[in-house]
Amino acid sequence: MPNLPADVWIAVRLTIELAALTTLILLIVGTPLAWWLARSKAWWKEGVATIVALPIVLPPTVLGFYLLVALGPQGPGGQLASLWGGRTLAFTFAGLVIGSVLYSMPFVVQPIRNAFEAMGERPMEVAATLRASPMRAFWTVAVPLARPGFLTGAVLGFAHTVGEFGVVLMIGGNIPGQTKVLSVAIFDYVETSQWREASILAGGMVVFAFTVILAMTLIEKRVGRVGS
Amino acid sequence: MNGIMSDDQIHAAFRGSLGRFELDAQFVAPGRGVTALFGPSGCGKTTVLRCLAGLQRVEHGLCKVGGEVWQDARTFRPAHKRPVGYVFQEASLFAHLSVRGNLMYGAPSSGKSTVDLDEVVGLLGLSRLLARSPAKLSGGERQRVAIGRALLAQPRILLMDEPLSALDQTTRDEILPFLDQLHASLSLPVIYVSHDLAEVERLADTLVLMEHGRVVASGPLVDLQSDLSLPLVAAREASVRLDGVVASHDAAYGLIRLDVPGGSLVVHAGAARPGDRRRVRIGASDVSLARERPQASSILNILPARIVSAQPAGRDMNVLLSLGAEPAGARLVARITHRSWDELGLDAGMDVFAQVKGISLLSFGGPSRP
Repeated sequence: MPNLPADVWIAVRLTIELAALTTLILLIVGTPLAWWLARSKAWWKEGVATIVALPIVLPPTVLGFYLLVALGPQGPGGQLASLWGGRTLAFTFAGLVIGSVLYSMPFVVQPIRNAFEAMGERPMEVAATLRASPMRAFWTVAVPLARPGFLTGAVLGFAHTVGEFGVVLMIGGNIPGQTKVLSVAIFDYVETSQWREASILAGGMVVFAFTVILAMTLIEKRVGRVGS
Repeated sequence: MNGIMSDDQIHAAFRGSLGRFELDAQFVAPGRGVTALFGPSGCGKTTVLRCLAGLQRVEHGLCKVGGEVWQDARTFRPAHKRPVGYVFQEASLFAHLSVRGNLMYGAPSSGKSTVDLDEVVGLLGLSRLLARSPAKLSGGERQRVAIGRALLAQPRILLMDEPLSALDQTTRDEILPFLDQLHASLSLPVIYVSHDLAEVERLADTLVLMEHGRVVASGPLVDLQSDLSLPLVAAREASVRLDGVVASHDAAYGLIRLDVPGGSLVVHAGAARPGDRRRVRIGASDVSLARERPQASSILNILPARIVSAQPAGRDMNVLLSLGAEPAGARLVARITHRSWDELGLDAGMDVFAQVKGISLLSFGGPSRP
């Protein structure tokens, strides 16, 4: 292990915690959303899909700006925070989670939706004619068949959250142990001319990204059916 | 035979528009045997089957099976609450489950079952496949697993949507005996969708003839085959099907004598014992007529028959015959030229001799009911 200051390890831990929590929330929230987007015949569903996809195109600062307003003392986030005596959700870990969920949502929802769509109507019809309730059919047929989509979604969601910078900077600031994640830490080191630390972290991120993408490709190859 | 017991019948009436297609089909099918929904592609037969299963819903639907209402103006029982077995055109096995997993998916975990795994595995010859993944099966094997899976869900009615049409001829020939077996050993009513006349002739007891979303005629297959006003007779390969009982077996020539109402037929067949049931098909163009019994002919089957009616069809004449002299004789259709009809001076009510050039044996199992 390279000899790095303790706050680097705090940043690493915080980053992993944030990414894991975000991925978990996205799987829970994103699965029904992806199912609805794949199955619904509502004319406005593509509108919803577009809203979900917006973070792909928008500069992170735009999303960050609106989040800052929403999570701040005057916004709904501030009112929420006042429930437990807080003043704002901005510059807190909870705020960071909310921001990450929104920011990474398309990367989780899209592969799962694609996998559900690729499956077609037939497996669910077959399950129904075999007396499976819609709930049982969903868990025993749709979810297992869409497994590659879930894998891709989870990996992308996690990796994307690890790599976010703009949104974090806007709504999280730079509080060690609370909102100072890896990407911000690198920025910090560069600002203060600590090139050694910056280059170790940056190199670590490159290795991480490489591993993630390679692992994902291999998993998809092995599973055979690609979700996205 | 003529299911008067209204209780076990299948009542279906579906009316409504699906896009530009208008469906208005109603029929009653007996609660036993195979009922074929037959018609050209796009006539709505698959839609009717999906409506029966509850996979599709039309504006006005009535569906009653064995005295239970599955759908009427107020009720709509969802698909997973209808005790049907459904075999799709493509096997549609669950790719994430093994053959055994697929077979057991719909099997009740507790309670009594009328069909168990061993029985289905034996019936469909699946014992070697149980541990395999569906991806490693041939087309015919997949479809057999799909049929087994549907049966193990303990259905009260089996719905089959052209289960053979996605398969090549060799594979069909591999599966047909299993269907015969099924037919013979389970007393499960089957609704069988097909556009293949040969398949229908082999399997069906009852026929529902469909065209453009409507039911043109329905009734026992043999009655509809010999109804000169229906399009079945007009088909180039028009034929009738006869069920008979083996009277004797001539091993030296490989022939059997098959008793049918009003006469008996000599048919090429493998081993058979007297009393066995056989199902044969006689094409209308394989039957010719003579006023007097031809002497010294190579044709094995020359049968006394009476002309019931006749219907001109272009240059031809379709002639409906009743074997023997009594009106209860088996029905046969002969296609002769209009000129022969005139030259022989034939007319309804006349006694003639039917010369049958070819008889094909359809099945070994025979029908499930006497």
